[in-house]
Amino acid sequence: MLKFIALRLLQGMLVLLGIYAVTFVLVAATPGSPFSSERAIAPEILAQIEAFYGYDKPLGERFITSLGNVLQGEFGPSAVYANRTVTQIIAESFPVSIKLGSISLLLALVLGVPAGILAAVKRNTWLDYLPMSVSMAGICLPTFVMGPLLALVFGLILKMLPVAGWYGPEYVVLPATTLGLYYAAYFARLTRGGMLEMLNQDWVRTARAKGVPEHTIIWKHCLKGGLIPAITFLGPALAGIISGSFVVETIFQIPGLGQWFVRAALNRDDFLVLGLTVLFAAMIVIMNLLVDIVQVALNPRLKYD
Amino acid sequence: MPLLDVDDLTTYFHTRDGVVRAVDGVSFNLERGETLGIVGESGSGKSVTCYSLMRLIPEPPGRIERGTAMFDGRDLLQMSPKELRKVRGDKISMIFQDPMTSLNPYLRISTQLIEALQMHRDIDSKAALNKAIEALEEVGIPGASKRVFSYPHEFSGGMRQRVMIAMALITEPDLLIADEPTTALDVTVQAQIMEIIKQRQNDLGTAVILVTHDLGVVAGSCDKVLVMYGGREMESGSADQIFYRPRHPYTRALQKTIPSLQEKGQELFTIPGLPPDVSKPIHGCAFHPRCPYPKIGSPEGERPQLEDIEPGHCWAACGFCDSSAPIETVLAKADDHVAEPVDGDA
Repeated sequence: MLKFIALRLLQGMLVLLGIYAVTFVLVAATPGSPFSSERAIAPEILAQIEAFYGYDKPLGERFITSLGNVLQGEFGPSAVYANRTVTQIIAESFPVSIKLGSISLLLALVLGVPAGILAAVKRNTWLDYLPMSVSMAGICLPTFVMGPLLALVFGLILKMLPVAGWYGPEYVVLPATTLGLYYAAYFARLTRGGMLEMLNQDWVRTARAKGVPEHTIIWKHCLKGGLIPAITFLGPALAGIISGSFVVETIFQIPGLGQWFVRAALNRDDFLVLGLTVLFAAMIVIMNLLVDIVQVALNPRLKYD
Repeated sequence: MPLLDVDDLTTYFHTRDGVVRAVDGVSFNLERGETLGIVGESGSGKSVTCYSLMRLIPEPPGRIERGTAMFDGRDLLQMSPKELRKVRGDKISMIFQDPMTSLNPYLRISTQLIEALQMHRDIDSKAALNKAIEALEEVGIPGASKRVFSYPHEFSGGMRQRVMIAMALITEPDLLIADEPTTALDVTVQAQIMEIIKQRQNDLGTAVILVTHDLGVVAGSCDKVLVMYGGREMESGSADQIFYRPRHPYTRALQKTIPSLQEKGQELFTIPGLPPDVSKPIHGCAFHPRCPYPKIGSPEGERPQLEDIEPGHCWAACGFCDSSAPIETVLAKADDHVAEPVDGDA
């Protein structure tokens, strides 16, 4: 198993290197520069700025230098916010995104998985139709509709919760619900599908023929296999919740990573774009590795190799 | 009193395309320790008969329409789910056709083996595990004390069916229902599995219902035989009666298809046509469209009534054909008739 993890981490490193290289080339190929602005800058000053950030060197050399810095954990200065480094920006905003993301994910699992199990066990009854139509609506409704809707109802009409900002626990509720409900819908459908597949297996009939009661069939015989689709989705979901939260972060004015991502792209803040891309890619790689480990633990037919 | 007395068992499936009459008024009984063979082609209702007894029919769309199945003095078909659970796996066990899919791939063999014991007996897990190892040894699995902790995918098909047998018999049930236990296995393994079932039956005195379409297996191991076709009983009797004095044209035709009874080098005999479509009502005799015997009268009419020929031997007395002659004469005489394409859906 250690060998498997080491190998996968090595593979992950290669993936990250590839992503870094591609992003670097794409950013460099984008027209314009981080230093162009509406105000005309004297050519000498511009040259000085470019020299400071290393933009006067050829592309290959810049790549090697920046890669060397990244390997030492330094993503470089922000090209737009002159007095901050990319690492500082990440250190400030990443914990916010992690907090929002993990609460949303927890909410998604707590709501989605039991709803999916219930729907599968009571299939073709209202206990199936109701959660499944709600989840269909949840998948179809984008977060930029759900977010303002929740803010309108609970913030402006009922005046129960704050609609924007990031100052205390009550500020987490609406954004986490907006994000969580969306993924809860996915988890519900995936869990229902997985459980239904298990419940239709021949060995469920064998268990019934042994006199095993239905609840034991669900918990003991079906849950392990039935959760596999949902667990497989957990990796992309976590990465998506943390990175994809930029819509929600914008709606609710939360100082998280997502906002920085958007701002960095719009500002052509090359170093920040690169840093954030590598961070997200690393998260996806690590989550997928964790998911693979959990899958092997759940399914005895899978082996580490 | 017989151990199991089934009367007029009728199971329909109510589908969107109509009512499928999978089992239509089947009756039989079984004494303790006896073996009953249920034979017939695919789709003749053999498996559904067994599942109905265990109440394992998915409801809906399936429904047991009528009939009784008295097991040890109690009607299986009227039991509450709770009572049923007490019977299943304890008094009646079942083995299934496909050992590759009948064991849970996510659970260890040990877990699955002792499940029935834990459910039905007051036994601690250590004693249960010992019993499980013993059960595996009895069905001839080498290194049972280690292999009991394996997962199903670490066993071959034949070994898995042995595990199924061990699992079914671990509670020493009064009745074992074996639904085509050898169909999905290699020919070489088939004989071994039948041998194990027979041997365990002798050890424990279990009655067995053996569903199969292998008449050779029936001849070798059954006391009684029930011949089914189109969800109906065609003929039933002791193995001797069915094999030496078959009365129904279908039984006779079925026997003609046993490969080992046919002359070497000759093309194997098959019954032309297809089994009837049980989603449409069957008038008269279900076998009529494929029957090689000379027909008399119209095929429409009353369903043939079961009639005793001799004690313990009855047949669905068909009046739509002249079945007095042995089948060989008929087949020899009416070679062209057999060669004609026959519409099985009629």
